[in-house]
Amino acid sequence: MIWESWDAFWAMGGYALYVWGSFGMTLACIAGEVWLLRRQRRQVVSRLRRLQRFDSQ
Amino acid sequence: MNLYRYASPATFHPLAGRLVPWFAALAAALAAAGLYISFFVAPTDFQQGEGYRIIFIHVPAAWMSMFIYIVMAFWSAIGLAWNTRLSFVMARALAPTGAMFTFVALWTGALWGKPMWGAWWVWDARLTSSLILLFLYVGYMALQAAIDDPRRADRAGALLNLVGVINVPIIYFSVKWWNTLHQGASVSLTRAPSMAQTMLWGMLVMALAAWMYTIAVALVRARTLILERERQTEWARAVLKEEA
Repeated sequence: MIWESWDAFWAMGGYALYVWGSFGMTLACIAGEVWLLRRQRRQVVSRLRRLQRFDSQ
Repeated sequence: MNLYRYASPATFHPLAGRLVPWFAALAAALAAAGLYISFFVAPTDFQQGEGYRIIFIHVPAAWMSMFIYIVMAFWSAIGLAWNTRLSFVMARALAPTGAMFTFVALWTGALWGKPMWGAWWVWDARLTSSLILLFLYVGYMALQAAIDDPRRADRAGALLNLVGVINVPIIYFSVKWWNTLHQGASVSLTRAPSMAQTMLWGMLVMALAAWMYTIAVALVRARTLILERERQTEWARAVLKEEA
Protein backbone atom coordinates (compact mmCIF):
# COMPACT_ATOMS: atom_id res chain seq x y z
CA MET A 1 0.00 0.00 0.00
CA ILE A 2 1.49 3.32 -1.06
CA TRP A 3 -0.98 5.42 0.97
CA GLU A 4 -0.52 5.97 4.70
CA SER A 5 -4.26 6.24 5.32
CA TRP A 6 -7.57 6.58 3.51
CA ASP A 7 -7.54 10.29 4.36
CA ALA A 8 -4.23 10.64 2.57
CA PHE A 9 -5.72 8.75 -0.39
CA TRP A 10 -8.73 11.06 -0.68
CA ALA A 11 -6.54 14.17 -0.22
CA MET A 12 -4.33 13.15 -3.20
CA GLY A 13 -1.41 15.17 -1.86
CA GLY A 14 -3.40 18.40 -2.16
CA TYR A 15 -4.61 17.68 -5.72
CA ALA A 16 -7.97 16.23 -4.64
CA LEU A 17 -10.08 18.73 -6.61
CA TYR A 18 -8.16 18.13 -9.84
CA VAL A 19 -7.75 14.34 -9.59
CA TRP A 20 -11.30 13.58 -8.38
CA GLY A 21 -12.72 16.22 -10.70
CA SER A 22 -11.14 14.35 -13.62
CA PHE A 23 -12.11 10.83 -12.61
CA GLY A 24 -15.56 11.96 -11.45
CA MET A 25 -16.41 13.74 -14.70
CA THR A 26 -15.22 10.73 -16.72
CA LEU A 27 -17.43 8.41 -14.67
CA ALA A 28 -20.39 10.79 -15.09
CA CYS A 29 -19.88 10.92 -18.88
CA ILE A 30 -19.72 7.14 -19.19
CA ALA A 31 -22.74 6.61 -16.93
CA GLY A 32 -24.64 9.27 -18.89
CA GLU A 33 -23.80 7.72 -22.25
CA VAL A 34 -24.84 4.23 -21.14
CA TRP A 35 -28.10 5.60 -19.70
CA LEU A 36 -28.89 7.56 -22.89
CA LEU A 37 -28.13 4.50 -25.05
CA ARG A 38 -30.49 2.27 -23.09
CA ARG A 39 -33.25 4.86 -23.19
CA GLN A 40 -32.75 5.37 -26.93
CA ARG A 41 -32.93 1.62 -27.60
CA ARG A 42 -36.19 1.32 -25.63
CA GLN A 43 -37.71 4.37 -27.35
CA VAL A 44 -36.77 3.23 -30.85
CA VAL A 45 -38.07 -0.31 -30.29
CA SER A 46 -41.40 0.91 -28.91
CA ARG A 47 -41.80 3.48 -31.71
CA LEU A 48 -41.06 0.89 -34.40
CA ARG A 49 -43.52 -1.55 -32.81
CA ARG A 50 -46.20 1.12 -32.88
CA LEU A 51 -45.43 1.81 -36.56
CA GLN A 52 -45.61 -1.90 -37.27
CA ARG A 53 -49.05 -2.22 -35.66
CA PHE A 54 -50.16 0.84 -37.61
CA ASP A 55 -48.88 -0.66 -40.88
CA SER A 56 -50.65 -3.97 -40.35
CA GLN A 57 -54.02 -2.35 -39.71
CA MET B 1 -16.03 -18.41 -43.56
CA ASN B 2 -17.52 -15.66 -45.62
CA LEU B 3 -16.76 -12.31 -44.01
CA TYR B 4 -19.10 -10.45 -46.36
CA ARG B 5 -21.98 -12.21 -44.69
CA TYR B 6 -21.41 -10.05 -41.60
CA ALA B 7 -21.86 -6.90 -43.63
CA SER B 8 -25.50 -7.86 -44.05
CA PRO B 9 -27.69 -6.10 -41.48
CA ALA B 10 -29.75 -9.26 -40.86
CA THR B 11 -26.62 -11.10 -39.72
CA PHE B 12 -24.99 -8.14 -38.01
CA HIS B 13 -27.89 -7.35 -35.66
CA PRO B 14 -27.99 -10.65 -33.71
CA LEU B 15 -24.19 -11.08 -33.86
CA ALA B 16 -23.58 -7.60 -32.40
CA GLY B 17 -26.19 -8.31 -29.75
CA ARG B 18 -24.27 -11.39 -28.64
CA LEU B 19 -20.90 -9.60 -28.66
CA VAL B 20 -21.92 -6.55 -26.60
CA PRO B 21 -21.98 -8.25 -23.15
CA TRP B 22 -18.50 -9.67 -23.74
CA PHE B 23 -16.98 -6.32 -24.69
CA ALA B 24 -18.77 -4.64 -21.79
CA ALA B 25 -17.45 -7.24 -19.33
CA LEU B 26 -13.92 -6.88 -20.72
CA ALA B 27 -14.18 -3.09 -20.43
CA ALA B 28 -15.29 -3.34 -16.78
CA ALA B 29 -12.54 -5.82 -15.85
CA LEU B 30 -9.81 -3.79 -17.60
CA ALA B 31 -11.07 -0.53 -16.07
CA ALA B 32 -10.96 -2.11 -12.60
CA ALA B 33 -7.39 -3.30 -13.18
CA GLY B 34 -6.41 0.05 -14.70
CA LEU B 35 -7.85 2.03 -11.78
CA TYR B 36 -6.06 -0.24 -9.33
CA ILE B 37 -2.73 0.40 -11.07
CA SER B 38 -3.53 4.14 -11.33
CA PHE B 39 -4.14 4.62 -7.64
CA PHE B 40 -2.42 1.80 -5.75
CA VAL B 41 0.54 0.60 -7.81
CA ALA B 42 1.87 3.61 -9.71
CA PRO B 43 4.28 5.63 -7.53
CA THR B 44 4.01 9.35 -6.76
CA ASP B 45 5.62 11.50 -9.45
CA PHE B 46 8.72 13.29 -8.22
CA GLN B 47 7.78 16.53 -10.00
CA GLN B 48 3.98 16.61 -10.12
CA GLY B 49 3.14 14.73 -6.90
CA GLU B 50 -0.23 12.97 -6.93
CA GLY B 51 -1.65 15.44 -9.46
CA TYR B 52 -0.09 13.50 -12.33
CA ARG B 53 -2.58 10.63 -11.77
CA ILE B 54 -4.92 12.50 -14.12
CA ILE B 55 -2.67 11.08 -16.86
CA PHE B 56 -4.40 7.69 -16.52
CA ILE B 57 -7.61 9.25 -17.83
CA HIS B 58 -6.26 12.11 -19.91
CA VAL B 59 -3.88 10.23 -22.21
CA PRO B 60 -6.15 7.25 -23.00
CA ALA B 61 -9.07 9.67 -23.61
CA ALA B 62 -6.94 11.79 -25.95
CA TRP B 63 -5.75 8.68 -27.82
CA MET B 64 -9.34 7.49 -28.19
CA SER B 65 -10.57 10.90 -29.38
CA MET B 66 -8.08 10.80 -32.27
CA PHE B 67 -8.34 7.09 -33.01
CA ILE B 68 -12.15 7.03 -33.10
CA TYR B 69 -12.09 9.87 -35.63
CA ILE B 70 -9.68 7.90 -37.84
CA VAL B 71 -11.93 4.83 -37.62
CA MET B 72 -14.94 7.02 -38.45
CA ALA B 73 -13.13 8.42 -41.50
CA PHE B 74 -12.17 4.86 -42.49
CA TRP B 75 -15.82 3.67 -42.41
CA SER B 76 -16.85 6.84 -44.26
CA ALA B 77 -14.34 6.12 -47.03
CA ILE B 78 -15.50 2.49 -47.31
CA GLY B 79 -19.11 3.66 -47.40
CA LEU B 80 -18.47 6.23 -50.12
CA ALA B 81 -16.41 3.79 -52.21
CA TRP B 82 -18.64 0.71 -52.02
CA ASN B 83 -21.93 2.18 -50.85
CA THR B 84 -22.19 -0.35 -48.02
CA ARG B 85 -25.02 0.46 -45.60
CA LEU B 86 -23.32 -0.87 -42.51
CA SER B 87 -20.20 1.32 -43.00
CA PHE B 88 -22.15 4.56 -42.69
CA VAL B 89 -23.99 3.17 -39.68
CA MET B 90 -20.67 2.35 -38.00
CA ALA B 91 -19.35 5.87 -38.62
CA ARG B 92 -22.51 7.33 -37.14
CA ALA B 93 -22.44 4.95 -34.16
CA LEU B 94 -18.91 6.02 -33.21
CA ALA B 95 -19.36 9.80 -33.29
CA PRO B 96 -21.03 10.43 -29.88
CA THR B 97 -18.44 8.28 -28.07
CA GLY B 98 -15.62 10.07 -29.90
CA ALA B 99 -17.09 13.42 -28.87
CA MET B 100 -17.39 12.18 -25.30
CA PHE B 101 -13.71 11.15 -25.16
CA THR B 102 -12.63 14.46 -26.73
CA PHE B 103 -14.59 16.34 -24.08
CA VAL B 104 -13.05 14.17 -21.33
CA ALA B 105 -9.55 14.82 -22.73
CA LEU B 106 -10.17 18.59 -22.74
CA TRP B 107 -11.79 18.55 -19.28
CA THR B 108 -9.04 16.50 -17.63
CA GLY B 109 -6.46 18.59 -19.49
CA ALA B 110 -7.93 21.76 -17.95
CA LEU B 111 -7.89 20.19 -14.48
CA TRP B 112 -4.28 19.22 -15.03
CA GLY B 113 -3.28 22.54 -16.52
CA LYS B 114 -4.55 24.61 -13.62
CA PRO B 115 -2.23 23.24 -10.90
CA MET B 116 0.73 22.52 -13.23
CA TRP B 117 0.72 25.52 -15.60
CA GLY B 118 -1.44 27.90 -13.59
CA ALA B 119 -4.11 28.16 -16.30
CA TRP B 120 -7.24 26.13 -17.10
CA TRP B 121 -6.85 26.90 -20.78
CA VAL B 122 -4.30 28.41 -23.15
CA TRP B 123 -4.59 28.84 -26.92
CA ASP B 124 -1.71 26.52 -27.60
CA ALA B 125 -1.57 24.43 -30.80
CA ARG B 126 -2.32 21.10 -29.07
CA LEU B 127 -5.28 22.45 -27.10
CA THR B 128 -6.74 24.44 -29.98
CA SER B 129 -6.55 21.56 -32.47
CA SER B 130 -8.19 19.26 -29.88
CA LEU B 131 -11.01 21.76 -29.46
CA ILE B 132 -11.44 21.76 -33.25
CA LEU B 133 -11.71 17.96 -33.07
CA LEU B 134 -14.61 18.33 -30.62
CA PHE B 135 -16.30 20.77 -33.01
CA LEU B 136 -15.79 18.31 -35.89
CA TYR B 137 -17.55 15.56 -33.92
CA VAL B 138 -20.38 17.88 -32.88
CA GLY B 139 -20.64 19.29 -36.41
CA TYR B 140 -20.89 15.79 -37.87
CA MET B 141 -23.66 14.84 -35.42
CA ALA B 142 -25.53 18.10 -36.11
CA LEU B 143 -25.25 17.48 -39.86
CA GLN B 144 -26.67 13.95 -39.44
CA ALA B 145 -29.54 15.32 -37.39
CA ALA B 146 -30.26 18.15 -39.84
CA ILE B 147 -30.66 16.06 -43.02
CA ASP B 148 -33.84 14.00 -43.14
CA ASP B 149 -32.90 11.63 -45.94
CA PRO B 150 -30.52 9.10 -44.33
CA ARG B 151 -28.67 8.38 -47.57
CA ARG B 152 -27.91 12.04 -48.18
CA ALA B 153 -26.98 12.48 -44.51
CA ASP B 154 -24.62 9.49 -44.77
CA ARG B 155 -22.81 10.92 -47.78
CA ALA B 156 -22.58 14.49 -46.51
CA GLY B 157 -21.32 13.28 -43.12
CA ALA B 158 -18.79 10.93 -44.73
CA LEU B 159 -17.39 13.80 -46.79
CA LEU B 160 -17.05 15.96 -43.67
CA ASN B 161 -15.20 13.12 -41.90
CA LEU B 162 -12.77 12.68 -44.78
CA VAL B 163 -11.92 16.38 -44.77
CA GLY B 164 -11.86 16.59 -40.96
CA VAL B 165 -9.45 13.68 -40.53
CA ILE B 166 -6.65 16.04 -41.66
CA ASN B 167 -6.94 17.55 -38.18
CA VAL B 168 -5.81 14.31 -36.48
CA PRO B 169 -2.13 14.37 -37.60
CA ILE B 170 -2.15 18.10 -36.83
CA ILE B 171 -3.16 17.33 -33.22
CA TYR B 172 -0.67 14.50 -32.95
CA PHE B 173 2.34 16.40 -34.29
CA SER B 174 1.36 19.82 -32.91
CA VAL B 175 3.76 19.44 -29.97
CA LYS B 176 6.60 18.90 -32.47
CA TRP B 177 5.68 21.43 -35.14
CA TRP B 178 4.94 24.34 -32.85
CA ASN B 179 6.35 25.59 -29.63
CA THR B 180 3.61 24.47 -27.27
CA LEU B 181 3.03 24.72 -23.56
CA HIS B 182 1.68 21.17 -23.74
CA GLN B 183 4.42 18.63 -23.09
CA GLY B 184 5.68 16.33 -25.83
CA ALA B 185 4.60 12.71 -26.28
CA SER B 186 5.33 10.53 -23.23
CA VAL B 187 4.89 7.35 -25.24
CA SER B 188 6.27 6.87 -28.73
CA LEU B 189 6.81 3.90 -31.00
CA THR B 190 10.33 4.91 -31.92
CA ARG B 191 11.99 5.43 -28.55
CA ALA B 192 11.76 4.16 -24.98
CA PRO B 193 8.92 5.77 -22.99
CA SER B 194 9.98 8.63 -20.75
CA MET B 195 8.14 7.32 -17.71
CA ALA B 196 8.12 4.58 -15.09
CA GLN B 197 7.02 1.12 -16.27
CA THR B 198 4.03 0.97 -13.91
CA MET B 199 2.75 4.36 -15.12
CA LEU B 200 2.99 3.16 -18.71
CA TRP B 201 1.16 -0.06 -17.86
CA GLY B 202 -1.61 1.85 -16.08
CA MET B 203 -2.15 4.00 -19.16
CA LEU B 204 -2.11 1.07 -21.56
CA VAL B 205 -4.62 -0.94 -19.50
CA MET B 206 -6.91 2.10 -19.24
CA ALA B 207 -6.62 2.66 -23.00
CA LEU B 208 -7.55 -0.98 -23.62
CA ALA B 209 -10.57 -0.58 -21.30
CA ALA B 210 -11.60 2.51 -23.28
CA TRP B 211 -11.31 0.48 -26.48
CA MET B 212 -13.56 -2.31 -25.22
CA TYR B 213 -16.05 0.26 -23.93
CA THR B 214 -16.09 2.05 -27.29
CA ILE B 215 -16.69 -1.19 -29.19
CA ALA B 216 -19.55 -2.14 -26.83
CA VAL B 217 -21.40 1.19 -27.02
CA ALA B 218 -20.79 1.59 -30.77
CA LEU B 219 -22.27 -1.88 -31.39
CA VAL B 220 -25.34 -1.05 -29.30
CA ARG B 221 -25.81 2.23 -31.20
CA ALA B 222 -25.26 0.55 -34.57
CA ARG B 223 -27.86 -2.12 -33.75
CA THR B 224 -30.47 0.51 -32.95
CA LEU B 225 -29.66 2.51 -36.10
CA ILE B 226 -29.77 -0.55 -38.34
CA LEU B 227 -33.10 -1.67 -36.85
CA GLU B 228 -34.55 1.78 -37.50
CA ARG B 229 -33.37 1.81 -41.10
CA GLU B 230 -34.42 -1.75 -41.91
CA ARG B 231 -37.74 -1.67 -40.12
CA GLN B 232 -39.64 -2.71 -43.26
CA THR B 233 -37.65 -5.89 -43.77
CA GLU B 234 -38.64 -9.37 -42.68
CA TRP B 235 -35.81 -9.79 -40.15
CA ALA B 236 -36.45 -6.42 -38.49
CA ARG B 237 -40.13 -7.28 -38.07
CA ALA B 238 -39.17 -10.56 -36.45
CA VAL B 239 -36.75 -8.81 -34.06
CA LEU B 240 -39.39 -6.24 -33.09
CA LYS B 241 -41.87 -9.00 -32.32
CA GLU B 242 -39.40 -10.63 -29.94
CA GLU B 243 -38.13 -7.50 -28.20
CA ALA B 244 -40.59 -5.84 -25.88
